Amino acid sequence: MTQVKNAPVAAVASVHETERKWWHFFTFSTDHKVIGIQYIVTSFIFYLIGGSLATAIRTELATPAPDFVTPEVYNSLLTLHGTVMIFLWIIPAGAGLANYLIPLMIGARDMAFPKLNAVAFWMIPPAGLMLVLSFFLEAPQSGWTSYPPLSLMTGKVGEGIWIFSLLISGTSSILGAINFLVTILKMRVPSMGIHEMPLFCWAMLSTSGLVLIGTPVLAGALILLAFDLLAGTAFFNPTGGGDPVVYQHMFWFYSHPAVYIMVLPLFGAISDILPVHARKPIFGYKAIAYSSIAISFLGLIVWAHHMFTSGTPAWLRMFFMITTMIIAVPTGIKVFGWLATIWGGKISLNSAMLFAMGFIAVFVIGGISGVMLAAVPFDIHVHDTYFVVAHLHYVLFGGSVFGIYAAIYHWFPKMTGRMMNEPLGIIHFGLTFIGMNLTFLPMHELGLLGMNRRIAFYDPRFTSLNQLVTLGSYILAVSTFPFMFNAVWSWLKGKPAADNPWRALTLEWQTSSPPMIENFEVLPVLTQGPYDYGMTHGSTEADPATETPVLSGSPSA
Amino acid sequence: MSIVENVEKSMQGTVDPAKADLNHHAATIATEHEAHPDHRMFGLIVFLGAESMIFLGLFAAYLTFRVVYPEWPPAGTPERELLLPSINTAILIGSSFVIHNAEADIKNNNVKGLQLWFGATALMGIIFLAGQLYEYLHLEFGLKTNLYASTFYVLTGFHGLHVFLGVCLILAVLWRSLKSAHYSEEHHFGVEAAEIYWHFVDVIWIILFVLLYLL
Ligand SMILES: [Cu+2]
Repeated sequence: MTQVKNAPVAAVASVHETERKWWHFFTFSTDHKVIGIQYIVTSFIFYLIGGSLATAIRTELATPAPDFVTPEVYNSLLTLHGTVMIFLWIIPAGAGLANYLIPLMIGARDMAFPKLNAVAFWMIPPAGLMLVLSFFLEAPQSGWTSYPPLSLMTGKVGEGIWIFSLLISGTSSILGAINFLVTILKMRVPSMGIHEMPLFCWAMLSTSGLVLIGTPVLAGALILLAFDLLAGTAFFNPTGGGDPVVYQHMFWFYSHPAVYIMVLPLFGAISDILPVHARKPIFGYKAIAYSSIAISFLGLIVWAHHMFTSGTPAWLRMFFMITTMIIAVPTGIKVFGWLATIWGGKISLNSAMLFAMGFIAVFVIGGISGVMLAAVPFDIHVHDTYFVVAHLHYVLFGGSVFGIYAAIYHWFPKMTGRMMNEPLGIIHFGLTFIGMNLTFLPMHELGLLGMNRRIAFYDPRFTSLNQLVTLGSYILAVSTFPFMFNAVWSWLKGKPAADNPWRALTLEWQTSSPPMIENFEVLPVLTQGPYDYGMTHGSTEADPATETPVLSGSPSA
Repeated sequence: MSIVENVEKSMQGTVDPAKADLNHHAATIATEHEAHPDHRMFGLIVFLGAESMIFLGLFAAYLTFRVVYPEWPPAGTPERELLLPSINTAILIGSSFVIHNAEADIKNNNVKGLQLWFGATALMGIIFLAGQLYEYLHLEFGLKTNLYASTFYVLTGFHGLHVFLGVCLILAVLWRSLKSAHYSEEHHFGVEAAEIYWHFVDVIWIILFVLLYLL
C-alpha cells in the first residue's frame, strides 16, 4: 500500500515544481494547453486585423464611387481580408481549440508529438506577419482564390509573399492534423472506446482527414503557380499554352474541403456545448459522429461546384450539383440532432449557449443558400454577385465565428481558471447577432439584384442597401470590444472558476481549472458516457450537480 | 458519486474499477513510470499519406494537361533518351532491396550489417541523383520550352528533392549508428523510418518514370 500511495504524491510534487508562468505563453512550449492558447490568441489578433480590413472595405462600399481608397487598394484589402480570415483566423482557431481540448477530453497527458506541435504553431506567426506586411510593399490583389492569369499579372512581390505564406500555414496545418489524428486514434484512456469519445474528437478526426488529403494538393497548385510567377513557366498561363482551369481544380480540391476544415471543429464544439447547457444527453450520438465522417468524404467530391461558370462540361456539372446537394443530408442530420438535444431541455441562457443556439440559427440559413447555389442554373445566375458573399459569410461567420465564440465562453473557465462576465457576454452576443444579420442578410438581395462582388464601385441604385450593410458591419466591429474587454479583464480579475462550473461530464472538466501541467494527477477511468445527463447510473443519480467530482489518487477513494 | 474514478496509472489494458483492488499489485509496478507507447511509426505513415497527396495532385495535373493538349508531347519536343533513365530506375529499384537487408540485420543486432547496407543505399541514391543531373545538363529542352518540358523538370525535380532528403536521412542514421549501441534489435525506429521513406520515394519514381518516359 505504501508504494501505491507514494506515486501520486510524487506526481503532485513534480507538478508544483513546474508551475505555469505567464511568460511560458511566449516560448517554444511543448505543452498542448500552452500551444492551444497560443493558437487561439494569435488567431484572434489576426481576426482583429482581418476585421479592420473588412471595416475598410465596407467604408469604401458605403458610397457607389471608389472615394475612400483607390480600386487597387480595395483589391488588396479584399485579398488580404479573405486570406487572413481563412488561413490565419478560423483554421488556426480551430487548431487551437483542438490542441487544448483533445488530450484533456480523451484523458491523455499531451499530444502524440509535442515538439512537432510546437513547430506547427510557430509557423503561423511568421506566415501571418509576412502576409500582413505585404500590404505595405506590394499587396496581392487577385482575391483569396488567386486565379491565374490574373494572379500572374498583378504585383509579383505581393503574389509571391501570398504563395509562400500559404505554403507555410498549409504545412503547419498538415503537421497539426498528423498530431490530432494520431492522438485521437492512439492515446485515449484505455477505458474510452471510439464510441465513448466526445463528439468534438470525432469532428477533429474528420477535419484532420480533410487537411491531410486536401492541403497537399493546394501545396502542389501553389508550387506550380510559384513557378509560373517567378520562373516564367506556363502551367496555368494560357499565353504560354497552360491551362488555368487546372489551377482552379487543384485550388478547389482543397478549398471546398477547407469550408469543412473551418466549420467541422465548431460542429464538434457545438455538439459538446449544447448537451451541457440543456442538461440533456446528445440526441443521436452515432448519427452526429458518423455524419462528420460522411461530410468529410462527400466534401472531397464536390469541389467543382465553384467552377460552374468556368467552362466545366455539362455532365460534370450534374455530378457536382448532385454530390453537393447530398452533403446537405449529413449536415441536416447534425442540425436535427442538435435541435432534438435542446428540445425540452433545462436550457440556461448563458453566453456560451446563446452563441451555440445562434450558431444553429444562422448556420442553417447559410446551409440553405448553399443548396440553392448548388443548383447549376441558379449558380450561373448569381455566381459573381453578392449572393455568394452572403452565403459564405453565413457559413463562415454565422457558423465558424459564432462557434468559436461559443467555445471560448464555454471553455474559458477551464483554460484560465476564471469565469467570464455574463452580462458583457450577453451584450456581445446581442450586438454580434444583430450586426451579423444586418451585414449579411441584405447581401442576398443585393446579389439577386445583380450587384457584382469583388469590385470597388457599384451602380448607385444599390446605395441604400449598401449603407445598411455598412451600418451592420460597424455594429459587428463594435461588438468585438465588449468581448475583448471581458476576456482580458476576466482572465486577470474574473471570479475564480470551480473545476467543473457547468457540471459537465466530459473528462476535461474532471481535472483542476486550469489543468495541471500533466493534465491529470492520475489517468481517469470512465464510468459513464460523455453525455449521460440526467441518466441514472447504477443506483446513484449521475448528474454530478450536487457533488464536486472527486479526483483522488487512490482507487478506493 | 464521482463520475470518474481514478486508479493508479496503469500501463495498459482496461482497468475495471471493480477489479481495481485485485489489480493493485500490478498497478504498483506500473506506476514506476507511465508507459509512453511509441506512435512515431503511425505518425510517419500518416505523414507519407499526406506527402503522396502532393504527388497525386501533381500527377493529376500532368494527366489533365496531357489529355487536354491536342498533341503530347507538344510538337517540336526533342526526342528523349531512354537508356540513362532506365539505368537510373534500375539503380533506384535495386536500392530498395538493398536497404531492406539493413532492417533484417538490425533485428539480429548486427550493426555492422546495418552500416554496410545503409552505406550502399546512400551510394546508390547519390548515383541516381548524379544521373539525373547529367540528364538535365544534356537534355535538349529547358524548363520553359513547353508545357511538357515544364512538367518534366518540376516533377522530376520535386522527386529529386525527395531523393536528396532520403539520402540525408540515410546518412544521418549511418552517422548515429557509429555511436555504440544507438540502434539495437528493440530500438531502431530511425532505421525503419529511413527505410520506409526510401521505399516511398522509390514507388513515386516508378509512377513518374511510367508517366513521363513510357506513356
Ligand atoms: Cu464549395
